Amino acid sequence: MKRDTRITWINRLLLPLLNILTAFAVTAIVFWLIDVNPIEAAEVLLYGAFGYEEGIGYTIYYTTNFIFTGLAVAVAFHAGLFNIGGEGQAYVGGLGAGLAILFLDPTLGAWVFIPASIIGALLFGGLWALIPAYLQAYRGSHIVITTIMFNFLAASLMVYVMVHVLRETGQMTPQSELFPTNAWMPFVHDVAAGFGYSIEASPLNLSVLLALVCAVLVWFFLWQTRWGYAIRATGKNGTAAVYGGIKPKRIIIVVMCISGALAGLVSVNELVGYQHRLIMDFHLGYGFGGIAVALMGRNHPLGIIVAALLFGTLYQGGAELAFEMSGISRDIVVVMQGLVILFCGALEYMYRPWLIRNLAPVKQQEAPTGVTA
Amino acid sequence: MTMTDNFAIELTDIDKRFGAVHANNKVCLQVKRGNIHGIVGENGAGKSTLMSILYGFYQADAGQIDVLGQAYTFTDSHQAIAAGIGMVHQHFMLVENFTVLENVILGSEGGALLAHGLAAARKELTRLGDEYGLKVDLDATIDTLSVGLQQRVEILKALYKGAKILILDEPTGVLTPQETDELFRIFGALKQQGVTIMLITHKLREIMSITDQVSVMRAGQMVAHRDTQATSREELAELMVGRKVLLQVNKKPGNGRAPLLKVKRLSVSDNQGIERLKDVSFELRAGEVLGVAGVSGNGQTELLEALSGIVPMTSGTIEVLGFKMDAKHPLTPDRLRELGLAHVPEDRHRMGLITDFSASESALLGYHTDPKINSGIWLSNRKVEANCQALMQSFDVRPADPHLKSANFSGGNQQKLILAREMERNPEVLLIGQPTRGVDIGAIEFIHQRIIDMRDAGKAVLLVSVELDEIMSVSDRIIVLCDGEISGRIDAADADERTLGMMMANALDPIDPLQTMDDQHASSGQASSQETQA
Repeated sequence: MKRDTRITWINRLLLPLLNILTAFAVTAIVFWLIDVNPIEAAEVLLYGAFGYEEGIGYTIYYTTNFIFTGLAVAVAFHAGLFNIGGEGQAYVGGLGAGLAILFLDPTLGAWVFIPASIIGALLFGGLWALIPAYLQAYRGSHIVITTIMFNFLAASLMVYVMVHVLRETGQMTPQSELFPTNAWMPFVHDVAAGFGYSIEASPLNLSVLLALVCAVLVWFFLWQTRWGYAIRATGKNGTAAVYGGIKPKRIIIVVMCISGALAGLVSVNELVGYQHRLIMDFHLGYGFGGIAVALMGRNHPLGIIVAALLFGTLYQGGAELAFEMSGISRDIVVVMQGLVILFCGALEYMYRPWLIRNLAPVKQQEAPTGVTA
Repeated sequence: MTMTDNFAIELTDIDKRFGAVHANNKVCLQVKRGNIHGIVGENGAGKSTLMSILYGFYQADAGQIDVLGQAYTFTDSHQAIAAGIGMVHQHFMLVENFTVLENVILGSEGGALLAHGLAAARKELTRLGDEYGLKVDLDATIDTLSVGLQQRVEILKALYKGAKILILDEPTGVLTPQETDELFRIFGALKQQGVTIMLITHKLREIMSITDQVSVMRAGQMVAHRDTQATSREELAELMVGRKVLLQVNKKPGNGRAPLLKVKRLSVSDNQGIERLKDVSFELRAGEVLGVAGVSGNGQTELLEALSGIVPMTSGTIEVLGFKMDAKHPLTPDRLRELGLAHVPEDRHRMGLITDFSASESALLGYHTDPKINSGIWLSNRKVEANCQALMQSFDVRPADPHLKSANFSGGNQQKLILAREMERNPEVLLIGQPTRGVDIGAIEFIHQRIIDMRDAGKAVLLVSVELDEIMSVSDRIIVLCDGEISGRIDAADADERTLGMMMANALDPIDPLQTMDDQHASSGQASSQETQA
């Protein structure tokens, strides 16, 4: 194998793998310190995530959310923007999806409701990102600050809307009335039953296909179109992009709207797919998790799908762990996630020099690549 | 005194590899005490690596370093400084809002409280200043000093730390000819006091005029040592490149025709509101190269960026190929490109290409909306690569690999790729900034010829360069920028280094800003007799 190819493989496969193993090793030490048998814990976690049909369903269901937010963060990142507002955009996206369904005639068919709710989620998520985008592009307010603030604004807005506007009549719980069954995104177990397969019921619904389609579209958009070129050019070198006739302000607006819209789709999975009503705090953790997913997935859709699966596994397996084993609270899942982020994100290149030295050493006679005069 | 004691520096078989690159291949060098020793070579020949090894930034893989007759192995620059080596970098390492005195003692403050150290330093610096003729106001802050004086501070800094051997990396790149003369005078004084000077430069004329010996590097090896008196510019150039080089550009006289670019009273301010370009007026005609000379940072960048629509203008008008723009009605870079204005920016890393992109993607910058490459919404990667391949072929970019990352090309090849991108579209007006900065001699010849070819094809070329040789040999007419204003206009045929130098320092009387070249085919001599207009 040529040295360059080896380096590519080290970067793409070996490095992330080693990082994750390290994170797990450190997690094992933490478990051992709190008197939990790490091997037993790993078994419970893996069984919880993949051991039975319902568990697998939950894992993929969580994965779907992480794909949406991971893509959202990645798209913005390619334009050099750090969208921390995934939480708020997902939350407000839910309002869009919910309003689209609640205001349509309940007798309409699924072929109206499902697209309408998706459009609602896209629109509201996108619009929620548009304001910080505008402030960044035309007023110079930093996008990190504004999107964080918009997470809080979103939370307050949703509490108000849920308590005062959309609360089901005669109910104390701040949640909307149930969506008409026509508006439910079909469950995978129902679809499978339709084809004659029987699988255990789980929240997994067809939104997972939407997530995969989005991943393909994001890849196509970023790497196969002139707009994607303009976005990546802006992210890599803003000065050169301006020189090339690209308008950065426009890029900021467009990219943030796309990013927000993708984050908004979390609500399609959560609300239209599973809860079937507008509820509080359905989005919690996914927006921030998306940052880690994008980071781990190297901002590439394929990597994001893999990283999202890892996070989905930790989510579902971790919940199972907390449920099954005494001495482990739900917080330990957060610790695990933190360690994964630490080793895969912050210490991403820790092993790289060592790997390169040992697996792809420079041959003495090899002609220099690309350094000819 | 033994033989070795005659040498300030003796390098024996220095070897250094970076990955697959053999940067220094058994390099030997002997520098005599009290001499001025020039080191020349193309970019990437290994000069900087060698000096970095000598200064302790890098460690050699093999070889021996003797300084003033004693063997050393430097593991950091402090040890090199202690051994008596001082280095003046191309980019100054000064704290802008510190005074000269504070800058000099930086790193050798002499204790927690500054007062004592400052007093001692003042005394020592005054002595050094007298001894070497290095006069600088010790209490002036750096940002109030001219570039030439800042450089002097760097030299003082090195001497203060006890340097007996001074290494200067491209010291004249930022100086006017007059400042260069002054620097060389200082070199003379230093030499008289027994200081050894190593001068790294690519300006062969300076080598010829100031050095005692010269060593030539090529592809990591020392290829020749010469006594300066016994060599010539032609021989040195040939040694550097490894083949014969035309130092003079081959061109017929130009014939300027209809003006394609008219600039009237153009002013540009930066985002702090400081006026960078004041009342600049000129015309650029088809079939001519108009050179813009000046010390770097006197408004050239702003001129290029205003003309290409990148920075907004504050007043004045620009007429490009019949289309007018002013402060209220700007034209965007993409619109100007459509009209037939191409721009090769001064700084290829900051603006000319995207170093993280592949060559084929960088070769698309500015033209990514071209319908020839897009089919519907689909940007055809196959066509992008074919486009890049064609560009690489016509400008001989090496290696001709569209997939290679832009950052991995040498400076000359990056520049050729940008030139190919901008020139192959056959623009009517070409703005070109520092076309040969950091480009090796072989490529310079090629680039100059391409510029002349464009001119001969009836295109208008605006050439901004800090290299006076380049300006004088490629242009037909020259304007000089000083402090954002046009401080001189002259025909290339009448220009010489001295006159241009005076204009660059604005030492000639100012001339009417509205007056274009048409009225003034006069020579520099008459420029000084022009009436001053307030």
